[in-house]
Amino acid sequence: MRNQFPLWKNILILLILTLATIYSLPNFFGEDPSVQLSPARGSVLDQALVTQSEKALAEAGLKPKAFELSEKRLLVRFADTDAQLTAADALKAIYGDRYTVALNLAPATPGWLRKIGAAPMYLGLDLRGGVHFMMQVDMEAAIKQAEERYAEDIRTLLRDSKIQYLSVDRDNHVIKVKFQDAATLGQAENTLKREMRGLVFSEESNTLTARMTDAEVREIRRLAVAQNVTTLRNRVNELGVAEPVIQQQGEDRIVVQLPGVQDTARAKEILGATATLEFRMVDTEHPTPTDETKTPIGSKLYKDRQGKPVLLQRKIIVTGNQIIDASSGLEQQSGSAAVFITLNGPGARKMADTTKENINKPMAVVYIENKNETREIGGQKVTTKKTVEEVINIATIRDRFSKRFQISGLDGTDEARNLALLLRSGALAAPVDIVEERTVGPSLGKENIRQGWRSFIIGFCLVALVMLFHYKVFGVVANLTLLFNVALILAILSAMQATLTLPGIAGITLTVGMAVDANVLIYERIKEELRNGTSPQSAIYAGFDRAFATIWDSHVTNLIAAIMLFGIGSGPVKGFAVTLTIGIITSLFTAVSCTRMMVNFIYGQRRGAKLWI
Amino acid sequence: MSAQNPAARTLNIDFMKWRGVAVIASLVLSLLAIISLGWHGLNFAVDFTGGTVIEAKYADAPDLNEIRSNLEEVGFTSPTVQNFGTTRDVLIRLAPLDKESGEAGNALREKVVEALNKDPALKPEIHRMEFVGPQVGDDLVEGSVIALIASAFFIVLYVAWRFEYRFALGAILATLHDITMILGFFSLLQLDFDLTVFAAVLTIMGYSLNDTIVVFDRIRENFRKIRRADALDVINISINETLGRTLMTSFLTFLTAVAMAIWGGDVLHNFGLALVVGIFVGTYSSIYVATALAYKLGISRADMLVPEKEGATDVSP
Repeated sequence: MRNQFPLWKNILILLILTLATIYSLPNFFGEDPSVQLSPARGSVLDQALVTQSEKALAEAGLKPKAFELSEKRLLVRFADTDAQLTAADALKAIYGDRYTVALNLAPATPGWLRKIGAAPMYLGLDLRGGVHFMMQVDMEAAIKQAEERYAEDIRTLLRDSKIQYLSVDRDNHVIKVKFQDAATLGQAENTLKREMRGLVFSEESNTLTARMTDAEVREIRRLAVAQNVTTLRNRVNELGVAEPVIQQQGEDRIVVQLPGVQDTARAKEILGATATLEFRMVDTEHPTPTDETKTPIGSKLYKDRQGKPVLLQRKIIVTGNQIIDASSGLEQQSGSAAVFITLNGPGARKMADTTKENINKPMAVVYIENKNETREIGGQKVTTKKTVEEVINIATIRDRFSKRFQISGLDGTDEARNLALLLRSGALAAPVDIVEERTVGPSLGKENIRQGWRSFIIGFCLVALVMLFHYKVFGVVANLTLLFNVALILAILSAMQATLTLPGIAGITLTVGMAVDANVLIYERIKEELRNGTSPQSAIYAGFDRAFATIWDSHVTNLIAAIMLFGIGSGPVKGFAVTLTIGIITSLFTAVSCTRMMVNFIYGQRRGAKLWI
Repeated sequence: MSAQNPAARTLNIDFMKWRGVAVIASLVLSLLAIISLGWHGLNFAVDFTGGTVIEAKYADAPDLNEIRSNLEEVGFTSPTVQNFGTTRDVLIRLAPLDKESGEAGNALREKVVEALNKDPALKPEIHRMEFVGPQVGDDLVEGSVIALIASAFFIVLYVAWRFEYRFALGAILATLHDITMILGFFSLLQLDFDLTVFAAVLTIMGYSLNDTIVVFDRIRENFRKIRRADALDVINISINETLGRTLMTSFLTFLTAVAMAIWGGDVLHNFGLALVVGIFVGTYSSIYVATALAYKLGISRADMLVPEKEGATDVSP
């Protein structure tokens, strides 16, 4: 009775197989075209919304399959895409201003499966269509911004502490502060050291040199990416995309995936633009110079939309970072497009102070946009940053500003809307460049799924046929094992909520070919033992026993290469690495335990049985 | 089924007799592959080079030359425009050019669309568009090279630890031989070498080694079991014993690879093809390259007598 598993082992294997089968099931139910409403700016999701939208849809002659209310969204399922599109338009007309209305393909997993937490795999962009962007955060610019902030803070601090200084300049990653004499320098150094922990200071004659610490630089880099991710997420939400992916990749890159989006131009305009605003006072004390060299200290020369020079004070009152909300609308008096802005606490305070002191003086709004240009110079690719700064509006301050105020003088309602959107989603901490873009049309996605699974099914059937003819009963066992292996892979991928890509499907297909190797090793060993005259029962025992070391070795080597694949690339190929790795590991389990269990079940009790192999 | 001497097999091919021929064949083919790689190089896809690829479907077969000249008109230098699949499907490749990264990428798409829509009667549907910045491509090349080297390193380490350094050398040479062959094949036929093909190359690295290890495992076992045969005989017997399994497994994996190459569509076609080539040379190399080198380096029974802690501890014949 050597070829028998103890009862607990059989039960354990059967339990795993049952669970694997159940949790792989959601992948076979397809998807419902649906519309999702997610609340924007303080709107609520409640049963009333469901009743209302149900009524609105009924009026439009639509019969949704189901309404699903969750914490984050209301999902309305439809039978076909036509109904989905009409419904989206209808809902947008009613709720467009309070909710983000997005098209979605919601998995049609039956309720009982959803109750036990079973969900299908997430389909990658190459299978469902959409846009993929990879963005690089411009760290150099982030650090420059931080240095500028520090320079400004140093000026303010010295002024507030009544310490006289000659100049504060930023130059090649250091900030140089010049003083009249060594005494004031010492005084200033003490004050600055106390207040600015992120800087290290050194002195030379009457100049104090400040430099950011390494820890501070690291922190700024980290924050630059983190803040960009947050900002991009907000912007994507504004775009109304269901299930977007926004994640950091490596040290300074961010991946944004927008399933189902086809209009890349608009997506890019919104995602890639790094526009921000600055509010500055107009310098009315000096005449406006004709060129930059004659700009007085403490002021900077700008141009307005018509190209006319405007002299503004260097001091920034408020930047885009301090804006909490912005909306577009029409100005009451003139009826022209305007953007209504709400500032955060510190911003509002600063704005209030400045405007109080400067009533009847002009204030300017500067619009700053970052652009990139890559040129080839002598075979080398050189990317130059270009910052476009223009004064979009100058208005006389009539009264002390409160938290909320408006900017008018924009080119039209479209511009007002775009500007409001950019401001609302926050200025990016550092400029980002799109370094990779992939667009897959929805029909190509469907085609990819079809071809992927077709090659899988054909591959599987070919393997199964050959196994059946070559190993008879044992072939049947191997094929069942293979089937379980695929179920197990799908279940694990689903449980991990991994993203399935076309190379991922290829990984599963390939695993079928490779996983069956373990069965082949065992069976060939059994055949050999039989040829050597061993009794069937001992042959089975020896076959499994001796093949194990070999199976182990061959799996480990396959695993080494598969794991190395994780290190490179993103998206699709990572999907291949994931499925292959999981497939190799699961096949070790299925080939050894499931095969053994079935062989035991068929032959374990029969002493003199002839093996059909 | 009568009791037989373990040395007497149904199969008894003298593989090692042909090792001289095999070595020459391998050397010639490897040289050819290397020459081709040096001459043509690989036809790297946008993943690695950076640039833009667009797949467009037209209602009627368009004039490729016209598309080409339209693209040149808006400023793209030497665009590649070709059919794939049907005459209505057009694949356009644009080299990375100035102003392509970042914000300017916005304008790029518009420019391409403008050029493609120049003749409104032929409005295409854009199925796929990929833009890869030069920096991303460079990073990918770097990552790939590191992955290859790291895989090779860990494989040598594992085989040396599990078996013996001579086996490790044989295994890694066989692996490099296989990779050279696949790369040579892709270079010679100037097939698109993209990231998925590279994934296939890495997979073959593990896979070919798998075959090699099975043979090595048996050689080790037989060295302990068969006392009176010399090394060459033991190797021959081991190869013959594992031949059934080697051929069977290779054939089965080959079937799945063929399924992908034929029915998997454009993306999986080259991936499947790389696997098919890899499986062929991998099977061959595990018999000839790996074992022949291990033999040449003087593998003998004495090296195998220390029983390992796992696996084939059954020393009695």
